[in-house]
Amino acid sequence: MTLSVQIKHDFGSFALDLAFEASDGVTALFGHSGSGKTSVINTVAGLLRPHSGRVVIGDKVVLDTERRVFVPTHKRRLGYVFQEGRLFPHLSVRQNLAYGQRFAPQGAARADWQHVVDMLGIGALLERRPNALSGGEKQRVSIGRALLSSPDMLLMDEPLAALDQARKTEILPFLHRLRDEAELPILYVSHSVAEVARIADFVVFLKDGTVARTGPPADLLSDPESAPALGLQEAGAVIQGHVLCHHADGVSEIAFAGGRLYLPRRPEPVGSVLHVWIKASDVMLSLAPLSGVSALNVLPARVVALRLGDGPGAMVQLEIGNERILSRVTRRSAERLGLSVGQTLHAVVKSVSVAKEDVG
Amino acid sequence: MSIVSWLSPAEWQAVGLSLRVSFWATVVSLPFGIAVAYALARFSFPGKQILNGLVHLPLILPPVVTGYLLLLTFGKRGLIGGVLEQTFGIVLAFRWTGAALAAGLMAFPLMVRAIRLAIEAVDPRLEQAAGTLGAPRWSVFATITLPLMLPGVVTGAIMAFARAMGEFGATITFASNIPGQTQTLPLAIYALLQVPGGEGRALGLVAISVAIALGALFLSEAVSRAIARRISGA
Repeated sequence: MTLSVQIKHDFGSFALDLAFEASDGVTALFGHSGSGKTSVINTVAGLLRPHSGRVVIGDKVVLDTERRVFVPTHKRRLGYVFQEGRLFPHLSVRQNLAYGQRFAPQGAARADWQHVVDMLGIGALLERRPNALSGGEKQRVSIGRALLSSPDMLLMDEPLAALDQARKTEILPFLHRLRDEAELPILYVSHSVAEVARIADFVVFLKDGTVARTGPPADLLSDPESAPALGLQEAGAVIQGHVLCHHADGVSEIAFAGGRLYLPRRPEPVGSVLHVWIKASDVMLSLAPLSGVSALNVLPARVVALRLGDGPGAMVQLEIGNERILSRVTRRSAERLGLSVGQTLHAVVKSVSVAKEDVG
Repeated sequence: MSIVSWLSPAEWQAVGLSLRVSFWATVVSLPFGIAVAYALARFSFPGKQILNGLVHLPLILPPVVTGYLLLLTFGKRGLIGGVLEQTFGIVLAFRWTGAALAAGLMAFPLMVRAIRLAIEAVDPRLEQAAGTLGAPRWSVFATITLPLMLPGVVTGAIMAFARAMGEFGATITFASNIPGQTQTLPLAIYALLQVPGGEGRALGLVAISVAIALGALFLSEAVSRAIARRISGA
C-alpha cells in the first residue's frame, strides 16, 4: 500500500507546502518542532482540512480539494496513536481496546484480539481504568486500541515523546515487534534522530513546512550534508548487525557488514538483529592502526565524503564494509590528518558511547 | 399530629402539583437543553450570539414580562397557541401544562449553563480519538461526550427542577393561580399570605419549599460526585 500526500496550507504565521510518497513499512516524518509534522499527519487522518491538497491511501482518495473530496476521519480506517494516549477515562482498558472493533466494517480483515494483547503485554491490565495505568502502559493500550480497530494504516504522533527514558525503553521493543509483525504501513512522527534511526524504513525530513529530503535512514542520517539540518549534537548513523556471542566478561560481540562491534552486555539472545546508533561525536579518526587505547572498537574505514562547515567543525562520512557512519572532528584535525575522499584510515568507536537505549 | 394532617388537602395538592409541573418541565426541556448547550459549546455558526441571548433572556427579563410574552405567543389567540389548539386541541394557558411551560422556560438558562460548562470540560481530543477509531459523530456523542458530561447534565437537571419549583411570576401571569389546576407551591404561599391569619398555614409550605430546595442541592452534589467518581474509575 502506498501513501501519497500533497498539502498546501497557510496557518498565518507558518505555511505548509509539501508533497511526498511513502510505501510499506515504517515511514518517519522527521523534523524539529514547528516543522509541520503533526499538521501533515492530521491532514492524513482528516483532523485538519488544508486549503489545498490531495491525500491518497492505497487506492482510496481521501482528500482532493480540487474535486471537493473530503472523506471524514471515521471513514478513513486509520489507527491513530496520539502522543498523550487519549484513552477514554470512563471506560476500562478492555472497553477502550474494544471501542474501535465495533466500527470495523463487516468482512474486513480483523485484528486478532489475543495476538494484539499478547504482543503488547497488556493482558493483566484489562480490568483497570486508564488513570490507574503508568505512562508506558497507557501508550501500549493506546497502540492496542488503534490496532484492534483493524486499520489500513497506522499513524503514530511521537508516541514516545511524553515518556521518560525508562518508559521509552519499555515501549521500544513493542514498537519493533509491531514493525516486524503487523503487516500494515506505519506513518511515524518524531523529532528524535535516535528514534527514527531505530524504527524507520524510510524518512521524510521536514523543514519549515517543506520536504527537505527523503530517503532510507541509513543514507539520510549518515550523509554529512544533512547533519547540520539534523542538529550537530544529534548527527550520527545507524548500522545493522546481529548478536554473535556474549563474552564471559560482560561484553557482547555484534557482527555487521564491516566487521565486529563490542558492546556492554546485551539482553538479546545470540542471532538477534540489532540496529546500533553511533553518534558522530563519538567517532574518532586515526591514520595508523591504533594499539594501546582503551577503546574496543577500532574499525578500518574509508572516507566517502567530507563536509567542512562554516564553523570549526568537519563532518566526515566513512564507509566500513558497506555500512556508513559519521564522524565529527574539528576542521583543524581534518587538515592535520590531510583528510580526503577515498582515503583509508581507522575509526575509533568507544563501546561505552553506544548508549544502551540507542540500541534496539 | 402526622405529617399528612400537618397541611390541608388543598395544600398537599399544591405540593403535588408543583412536583408534577417541575418534573415535566425538567424532563421535557432536558433534550433541548443538551442540544442547545452542545451547539453553543462545540460549534460556531451565524446567529450563535443571538441564540445565546435568547436562552438567557428569561434570566434577565422580569418574570412577569416572560409570562406575558408566553401569553401573547401561547395564549388562545397567540401565534403558536392558536395553531396548537386548532390542530392538536392542546391548550396551555391557564392549565398545569402551561405552568410547566413557564417553569421550564424560566429554568432553561440555568440548565443550559450547567450543561454547557460540562461539555466544555470534555476534552475534544478524546472525541477526535473516537473519530479515528471509526466512530461516526453521533456515536462519538453517545459513547464519549454524553457519558463524560453526565455529572453536568445531572446538576443542570436538578438545578432546573429546583428553579421550576420556585417559579412564580411567569406562572401566575401565563397560567394564573387556579387552586388544583395551576396553583403551585409558591402561588399557594402567596395566596395564603393574602388571607388574614394565613401566615401560620403558609409556614408549613415554606418549610416544604426549603426542604425540597436544599434536598435538590445536596442530591445534585452527591449524584454528580458519584458519577464523576465512576467516570474516572478512582
